[in-house]
Amino acid sequence: MRYLHLVVTTLTGLLLIMGSLGMPATGDPDSPPSSHVSPRYIEQGYKETAVPNMVTFVLADYRSFDTLGEVTVIFTGAMAVLLILRGTRSEAEE
Amino acid sequence: MKPGERDIIIRTVCRLLVPFVQLFGLYVIMHGHSSPGGGFQGGVIIASSFILLAMGDGYDEVKRRFSLGALTATTSAGVLLYAGLGVVCLMLGANYLDYAALPVSDARSVGMLLIEIAVGITVTAAIISIFHDLVTFE
Repeated sequence: MRYLHLVVTTLTGLLLIMGSLGMPATGDPDSPPSSHVSPRYIEQGYKETAVPNMVTFVLADYRSFDTLGEVTVIFTGAMAVLLILRGTRSEAEE
Repeated sequence: MKPGERDIIIRTVCRLLVPFVQLFGLYVIMHGHSSPGGGFQGGVIIASSFILLAMGDGYDEVKRRFSLGALTATTSAGVLLYAGLGVVCLMLGANYLDYAALPVSDARSVGMLLIEIAVGITVTAAIISIFHDLVTFE
């Protein structure tokens, strides 16, 4: 039972490493993201969104769900600090 | 000079810098469309202006201007605004966060500006909130 965590962690790590081996090489021009997704953003992005900054329109429009997640992470971080630090203090005062 | 009292040079320089830092933060948020920037960066700049104010005039001054309740409320309000804009798009018959459905010209551009502002609100309030917790922690 004590080693169960270690076994689960090792297995998950091995699975993730196996999965990452199937990824295309960094900067590979024939990989699916480079051959379909990026050209589409570069060629159609400005026409579709009327925003000249490519970083902004990818981040805030095409990948808006991702940005929503990032904001939630910031929010959760602030709330976690609040709960840990402010929670301890009010407990000490009581 | 009594202990806890700050030097007049530090106080004056901080007071002079704060409005310019805040103006630059707003510029970075509102100008994220056509130059590097956006809600995350601009929010951190505005939050850092409040930290500068705390260095100059002490943390109580920041607390007077940005109360604890308002801080927690604004941290949540930004996320709510972001997610709420997605729900508005749903109600207008499009997909979640599909700004093209908004009834304005250049709808996707306007939608992006709105979520940049929402991100800026959350990041500003979150950083000040974390700063508050670290400063007042005993």
